[in-house]
Amino acid sequence: MIVNGYTVTRATPAARVAAMLGAITLALLVAAPWWAGRADLRQLGELFLYLSLASLWNLMAGYAGLVSVGQQAYVGFGGYMLFALTMFAGFQPVVAIAAAGLLGALISVPVAALIFRLRGAYFAIGTWVIAEVFRLSFAQVSALGGGSGSSLPVGIVKSLAASRQGREWLSYWLALGAAVLVILVVHLFLRSRRGLALTAIRDNELAAGSLGIDIWRTKFAVYVLTAALTSIIGALIFLQKLRISPDAAFSVNDWTAFVIFIVVIGGIGTIEGPIIGTLIFFALRETLADLGTIYLMVLGAVAILVMLKAPRGVWGFIRDRYDLNLFPLGYRVSRTDNKEP
Amino acid sequence: MDNILKLDRISKAFGAVKVADELSYEVPRGEALGVIGPNGAGKTSMFHLITGTLSANSGSIVFDGQDVTRTSAAKRCRAGVARSFQVPQPFTHMTVFENAMVAATQAAGLRERAAEKLCLEILEQTELMEKANSAAGALTLLERKRLEMTRALCAKPKLLLLDEIAGGLTEAECVSLVETIREIHRSGVTIIWIEHVVHALLEVVDRLIVIDFGRKIAEGAPHAIMESPEVQEIYLGIEADA
Repeated sequence: MIVNGYTVTRATPAARVAAMLGAITLALLVAAPWWAGRADLRQLGELFLYLSLASLWNLMAGYAGLVSVGQQAYVGFGGYMLFALTMFAGFQPVVAIAAAGLLGALISVPVAALIFRLRGAYFAIGTWVIAEVFRLSFAQVSALGGGSGSSLPVGIVKSLAASRQGREWLSYWLALGAAVLVILVVHLFLRSRRGLALTAIRDNELAAGSLGIDIWRTKFAVYVLTAALTSIIGALIFLQKLRISPDAAFSVNDWTAFVIFIVVIGGIGTIEGPIIGTLIFFALRETLADLGTIYLMVLGAVAILVMLKAPRGVWGFIRDRYDLNLFPLGYRVSRTDNKEP
Repeated sequence: MDNILKLDRISKAFGAVKVADELSYEVPRGEALGVIGPNGAGKTSMFHLITGTLSANSGSIVFDGQDVTRTSAAKRCRAGVARSFQVPQPFTHMTVFENAMVAATQAAGLRERAAEKLCLEILEQTELMEKANSAAGALTLLERKRLEMTRALCAKPKLLLLDEIAGGLTEAECVSLVETIREIHRSGVTIIWIEHVVHALLEVVDRLIVIDFGRKIAEGAPHAIMESPEVQEIYLGIEADA
């Protein structure tokens, strides 16, 4: 479509190159069971799940302005649903993972109705309180082992695949699939009309409301979508671990603090940020693993340094400097003679 | 007569401060109505009440045949009320074109292709095409004001509210802005325009109302109003070149 010699495109050359490199990387990762060792496979699987959690938290906090410190509620809920549905309802584990997502969306509706009455810091604390309520509630369920938790019965584990190697490979591919699914969903959502509305809300709520955007409904949709996908990731996390307990399932440290670290150093409010943040986080964790608790202090120092020197994170810094976007979310106006206007 | 907007005894107070006090008037479809009054008279608050950013304590607002007194700002916008902000409110990290796209897709409800076409046309009209790919946060004051206008027009409004859009502009900028507003008015859009730059206002509007302390104190033909004693008194000291 051309109007007075101008045309609109969405894909940029950088995005095309990035898409190609992304496809090659993905092909290599799909084939990882044939070239990577068992420990590496496990490590990568965990990385994909953290990448998913970070991308989801970023969608909520970076775009919708919903700074939650209680996403562990859905990680734990998803994990427990996997155990409950396979143990008591006889679901096949993969089916149970999908069902956990559906149930996560369902339970997030009344939770949202409650905590959406709170703003800013109160909202953040509210989400944490809800997560604690989830933890205490699941600790009361004696069929799921109460406070000490339970292990996934051998029969169910074997129903995934007969051999140990088969299970490990499947678990790896599920984690990779989940990460691809999450990034794809976030990307398509942000590219859509709803995404444009959400980006507008991120920048200026007053103007967004005056331009016909229903702010409450948009945020609500993001919250429920995030809850569903976070529950699926939670189920996958505990499928890898094969054991669940309330303290592990609803850990604010593991499922929220590390995730916020990833998003903040990577670059909040961008799709690329959580990807870079996850790579940095795992690189730090691997190199500092022997240091024990000092490792956490180094993480804190890195976070403070990034906040001071590059408040928009590593990717925000790169993007501002080189005007680079790897995911073609925006619009570009150009003249039909291919010059920038 | 076919009124697009009718305010009936609208009141709004913040504590002891009344920003609207039994405010009533009607705007016929296709009119360009000017609003003047001293600073703090409640002009911008009146726009907040019409767009739904503020809700009235009492009274009613009828827009295009519908009672919208309790309707949300978003719904009123989709029904055809668009505004420019006195202090520009751009989506700073989005480009100028993306700012326009927000209005075209969300307020006007257009599909992707139709929205892109409208945005290109409006950007041409508001002379912002040069800046289409610039981040809105990097614009100058004039460009920000043009962006306010661009977004409002991309919402395909039936009623356009302009809040001091000429404030802070040079004479030459003002002339081209007046020409743009005239063009919009000719295309059939009803306009309510708050402005301190009275000579610009008088070139466009069919009728003028004067507001002070949240009340309408005068209403009528522009030049007659400007010569009335009440207005002379209010504008004494900030005498406009009208």
